[in-house]
Amino acid sequence: MSAILGISPLFALIGGVDPWIFAFSFVTVVVTIGMGFWSAKQSKTASDFFVAGRSVSVGWNASAISGEYLSAASFMGVAGMVMSSGYDALWYPVCYACGYLFLLLFIAGPLRRFGAYTIPDFAEGRFDSPLFRKIAVCFVLFIGFFYTMPQMKGAGVTLAYIFPGIPYWAGVVLVGAVITFNVALGGMKGITLVQAFQYWAKMFAISVPIFVVMAVFGFYNGHLSANAAPGEKAAPSAEVQRKALVEKAPKDTAWIAPFGPLTTKAVNAAAAALPEGERKAYLEEHQKPYSLLYTYSLIIALVCGTAGLPHILVRFYTNPDGVAAKRTTMWVMILIGIFYVFPPVFGVIGRNLMPELYTGLAGIKGTDQVVLKLPTLLSEKYGLLGSILSGITCAGAFAAFMSTFSGLLVSMTGALAHDVYGRILRPQSKQQERLVAFKVAAVVVGGVAIILGCFVEPLEINFMVGQAFAIAAASYFPLLFMSVWWRGMTMKGAATGMLTGGLCALIAAALTNFSTLSLDKGPMGQVFASFKPLNDFWAAHPLLRILCEQPAIWTVPLAITLMVIISKATSRDVPSDARMKMLVLHAPEKLGLKQEYIQDHQGAGH
Amino acid sequence: MPLPPTHDNVVHSEAFLRTLMRRQLVLSVSCAATFLIALLGMPLLNYFAPAAMSVRVGGFTLSWLVLGVLFFPFVWVISFIFIKRSIALEEDEVRQVKEGKDHS
Repeated sequence: MSAILGISPLFALIGGVDPWIFAFSFVTVVVTIGMGFWSAKQSKTASDFFVAGRSVSVGWNASAISGEYLSAASFMGVAGMVMSSGYDALWYPVCYACGYLFLLLFIAGPLRRFGAYTIPDFAEGRFDSPLFRKIAVCFVLFIGFFYTMPQMKGAGVTLAYIFPGIPYWAGVVLVGAVITFNVALGGMKGITLVQAFQYWAKMFAISVPIFVVMAVFGFYNGHLSANAAPGEKAAPSAEVQRKALVEKAPKDTAWIAPFGPLTTKAVNAAAAALPEGERKAYLEEHQKPYSLLYTYSLIIALVCGTAGLPHILVRFYTNPDGVAAKRTTMWVMILIGIFYVFPPVFGVIGRNLMPELYTGLAGIKGTDQVVLKLPTLLSEKYGLLGSILSGITCAGAFAAFMSTFSGLLVSMTGALAHDVYGRILRPQSKQQERLVAFKVAAVVVGGVAIILGCFVEPLEINFMVGQAFAIAAASYFPLLFMSVWWRGMTMKGAATGMLTGGLCALIAAALTNFSTLSLDKGPMGQVFASFKPLNDFWAAHPLLRILCEQPAIWTVPLAITLMVIISKATSRDVPSDARMKMLVLHAPEKLGLKQEYIQDHQGAGH
Repeated sequence: MPLPPTHDNVVHSEAFLRTLMRRQLVLSVSCAATFLIALLGMPLLNYFAPAAMSVRVGGFTLSWLVLGVLFFPFVWVISFIFIKRSIALEEDEVRQVKEGKDHS
């Protein structure tokens, strides 16, 4: 402690770094990396990891799953988006939590009984097709890269907040490089202890500061009632001291009511392009229906997408048996549910007390940093307390993007080294060569993630994570759902549906991002300038813009329909032991059918 | 394929798989339906009854209170019921097989 105080004048000299904020963040990084290496030493191989998990109690395992699930989007993005868009952004935390229920109801149990650790494992096992495994692996990379971009933005925003003055990209490169080398050197394996620690760090970091802020500046409901709802002449509350809203902030009624700025953006842009006189009639006719469509598409993407995230399913295997797995899931739902109540509170209070964040909409100065910055309000009255609490939320943010980024990096690197190199490029490679390949792959994946991360400063963290969910919802979700519940699926049907749905969602998401980036006033606007005409097209066709921005409402049914049609057409190719597979997927584990199935297969020379 | 001694005929019969999958699917679908009616009903309520949904409840608008706070406990209740019933269902299946009952 005295060391921190001793060097604090030094930090004050170099560009206004708050020593407390720096200290908390630094300690989190060091502890996380240290724990990663310590536990990596304890368990060296992948199978150790799973076996070690069996000795873990339900409580620890539930904390670990929750710790891995809560990314920068949950920690920083939800609050930022609630602040910038209001009510509509609440669908994100609700569906992040509810998606888990869908996973529990339809997919988790059967997949656990089948013993497939990853989605590509399942794809291969269910259809006896190594080829399909190779196809399925692509989406680990597609979804993974989409998911790493917002984590990188979280890193860039947090670093730029801690060290005022450093550019956004420097933060991305620094954090990205540290985690990448950490993964390449073998630390940061998905170890239960580290992930469980990360959950409680995040929970502490989001709840304690907001309770202190609420105790001083008024509670959640008080701050909400300072905003006038539709039909109210004035806001009902006078107890909360609000600051004047800036011009860029959405108006009270649009913000607090459903169908606000997030879901009506496309229609509003279309109306702005029309002649003055036609605008009102156009808005009245189109605004709410299109907004409803947007909402439904978002819900489908988030609820279905959770089941298809590459790094989530693995954790179901770290339980000793099916009953424990189910109890764990129950606790996960409770742990993440409680967590998701808090981030919107930051957004609501941030709107009333820090409206200046609206002026830098979406950049590093934008609403995405409200979680980090809100506690500094306390500094005026209580001095150090504000810095300390802000340091705690920064530490939580580090825990959030570090855990998710390293988790994704491990699964993507694994896919690249194990499947692409070990099975496709060099099937004859030795163990030693594969180890080298893993390290090279980690550096390549990390490098690409850093480069992608540098581009996305103008995009909202939460929005980008939503896109990763949309791609997962149109590719892996139909694959898992249909293969588990429908015997007649064939490999060709599954592959066609997954590829078409997933690629459509991927292209739609990319087009949306390119057109948004082309509007940026910074350097990204110049890089993507060639996509500017796309915005005129969107303005003329707002419906297409919505279907591109939130593609799940058409890509998920498209994928499922294609799977059914192609499977019917190729019904001769249904695996001959499909019934046995369904039995393994569905019969209670106590009947021991999996053992029987494996012996059967070994006997048959597989 | 070497036949394990006891419950093999029952377990490997077409009827067993069919009943098993149907029972599981009925349970999952009924839980999912309860959840989906609430989740997909919320936007409809917001759409058709905006005045009722913006009534103030302790400072929150009704719509905000339901989605931002109350929805989480609702999901816990559904998952609790599902988990309880699915454990009971599995035990029931195991018991029936052990007793050697035919499912047809």
